[in-house]
Amino acid sequence: MAKSEHELTWKDLEIGCIVTDPGSARQYESGTWRSQRPTYDFKKCIKCGLCALNCPEGCIGPNKEGHFEADMFYCKGCGVCSRECPTRVITMAEEEE
Amino acid sequence: MEKYAVYVPRLVKKKDNFAPGHRACIGCGEALAVRMAFKAVGNNVIAVSATGCMEIVASQLPFTSWHLPWIHTLFENTAAVASGIEAGYKAMKRKGVPLPDNTKVIAYGGDGATSDIGLQALSGAMERGHDFTYICFDNEAYMNTGIQRSSATPFGAATTTSPAGKKSTGQFSWKKNMPAIAVAHDIPYVATATHGYPFDLMEKVRKAVATPGLSYVHVLSVCPTGWRSATDTVNRQARLAVQTGMFPLYEVENGVYKMSLDLPGLRPVKDYLKMQGRFRHLSDELIAQIQARVELEYNKILEKAKDGSKRAKSKGR
Amino acid sequence: MTTRIGVEVSIAVADAVKLANPDVVAAYPITPQTHIVEHLAELVANGELDAEYIPVESEHSAMSACLGSAAAGARTFTATSSQGLALMNEVVYVASSMRLPIIMSVANRALSSPLSIWCDHSDMMSVRDTGWIQIITENGQQAVDNTICAFRIGEDRRVLLPVMVHLDGFNLTHVIEPIIFPGQEEVDRFLPPNNYPLPLNPDRPVAMGDFAPPAIFTEAKWAQEVNIRNSMKPILEVWDEFNRIFGRQYAPVEKYHSDGARVILMTMGSVSETASVAVDELRGAGQEVGQVRLRLWRPFPFDALRRAVSGADVLIVMDRAISLGGPGGPVASEVKAALYNLPEKPRVVSFVAGLGGRDITVTDFKNIIKRGVEIAAGGSPNEYEIYGVRE
Repeated sequence: MAKSEHELTWKDLEIGCIVTDPGSARQYESGTWRSQRPTYDFKKCIKCGLCALNCPEGCIGPNKEGHFEADMFYCKGCGVCSRECPTRVITMAEEEE
Repeated sequence: MEKYAVYVPRLVKKKDNFAPGHRACIGCGEALAVRMAFKAVGNNVIAVSATGCMEIVASQLPFTSWHLPWIHTLFENTAAVASGIEAGYKAMKRKGVPLPDNTKVIAYGGDGATSDIGLQALSGAMERGHDFTYICFDNEAYMNTGIQRSSATPFGAATTTSPAGKKSTGQFSWKKNMPAIAVAHDIPYVATATHGYPFDLMEKVRKAVATPGLSYVHVLSVCPTGWRSATDTVNRQARLAVQTGMFPLYEVENGVYKMSLDLPGLRPVKDYLKMQGRFRHLSDELIAQIQARVELEYNKILEKAKDGSKRAKSKGR
Repeated sequence: MTTRIGVEVSIAVADAVKLANPDVVAAYPITPQTHIVEHLAELVANGELDAEYIPVESEHSAMSACLGSAAAGARTFTATSSQGLALMNEVVYVASSMRLPIIMSVANRALSSPLSIWCDHSDMMSVRDTGWIQIITENGQQAVDNTICAFRIGEDRRVLLPVMVHLDGFNLTHVIEPIIFPGQEEVDRFLPPNNYPLPLNPDRPVAMGDFAPPAIFTEAKWAQEVNIRNSMKPILEVWDEFNRIFGRQYAPVEKYHSDGARVILMTMGSVSETASVAVDELRGAGQEVGQVRLRLWRPFPFDALRRAVSGADVLIVMDRAISLGGPGGPVASEVKAALYNLPEKPRVVSFVAGLGGRDITVTDFKNIIKRGVEIAAGGSPNEYEIYGVRE
């Protein structure tokens, strides 16, 4: 895990503040923004992957069974997957503390 | 609507060039469109970003969402920066500097960066004919600074600088026709697309990148924050923009127009407008005005596409 | 092989650029920079220079294309002047902050309004704080030599900064001078190929131009400041090596009879040679007058300046720019700041002259020196004086 912006000293910065670690934004837990979460009825899942294609976060992928499921570390709970799912696998539910 | 009898994993590569952990708003259609566009093109690509939402959400020091070589410098100069990269690669390759073969450059910016402040730099690059692809991710206002109107904001839309009020009905001007401006530069490939039609979008980006010379793709990107609409329906809103004729999907290859969808007829614009808070204040009279204008513009493109298909047929004979 | 020929300085600068074998030249025409870029376009068109010449649609795009080119790892050159430099201003800042070694000739010219195409240094002063290394030249030979040095300095791994080479518009760009051209082989030995450490390359993706939250912006700026300060040593080394190979030595502050002089005149740019004649004549008449010429504007040569002038009684600084509503001459203001805390220092007198192409003759310099000594002796309440203005 790279140092955060609060820990880096001026000497740690690459020339011109170039970032040499591609995709390092993965460290950021955008899932904390969520007020709704997707819930799944995988019996209906046809594994078409349309939810994954249409996820603004790009955080949906197949789980062990091959059903498509969001990574809750990133999922912001927008609900696009639930709207785009042709077999209505996904229902959005209020996030509870 | 596109056919749903598809299996995405077979059609689309799994790997994204735009990683999760970005800080775009919940349900951001632009982030979705960016992800799709760059998913379509492999990783032998250099991305050049204008200042704007997609820059700020993906590039906070010391991190990046990008798996591609990526550069951002300023707001209005993206096409010029891309010109320099393309020229630099060309010269270095010619002189034998060891570099990967066939590296492509994709520059992108929002509607403000493209049709307002960056129009001159883009026009210059188009006229000079550099070999790169420029994608405008159009969310129809300056969203990054707080929903101010741009020349791409549609007539009647309320923004923070075109508010609806006693003496105002929102945006006073009609959306600038950026694809037509691109076409007027006689560049080899111009297309419109949206994340509501992902396979169409990805195919157009692929085609743009494969076309030698400067290609321009204009991507309508729904902004639920700025449009005051629901986050879960961003794709539905994008599809309605197309199906009402507000944002027709077409390609212009070497000046020849071609419609991307065979729509039996246009749905009323009201279906689209009513989903968005930015149009809430519009009277029936204004909606009728928009309807008339949309039909007029849509038919113009349809006519051009008919001419185009005639030309394509006569060429074939 | 070295050759000595009479040639217009702009053409000579373009030929010096050619010797450096750039990959990309991106430029927009503006008087009096035009002859430099015209000749480069011609060299490319004739196949004498293997480079991409991008005829951009504005100076803003010229510098922006240079950003892209340099970020791709290509050797990159542009040239501009006055309004062009002003138009590209925001991009100029980005070039240095992103540490991209772009080399730019600036044909110094007044800024509007009123419109003037003639020389002064207001364009140079408008980019004072942009973080570029800035070299000031006063004749064609210096412009040629320092154009070549600029590539070597800017691309040095310890530096990696853009470099401006200033030369006075018309007074230098459009005059014909005898120039000694270094041979291609010697230049190739002196200037290794550009090897930018982290270019845009799909084989090793990097992200350039992230935005900085407040928690890290200060660190970013300090890193930049340390870098340009530390560029002094490599600059001096490059100039020394240039001297070893080509036999001409440059220094941040160049002295002319200034050691032991009671009165020193400080100048920049093409008027420096005229000023030297005035100094010679006054010395001939028995006055203890000397001259220093500022060669390096950024990084500012604090130590060299202090060493060169601290023993004098009066230091007269002749600026070709005016800081409106401020302290008068911008270089004089900088010099005052550099000397203020020294226990022993000369009285600094600021003159502004030669604005918008107004000539400054030997007699004018003698008058300036005379008046400067009067002011230093308490003869004027003015912070600075503008020379030659009609009342």
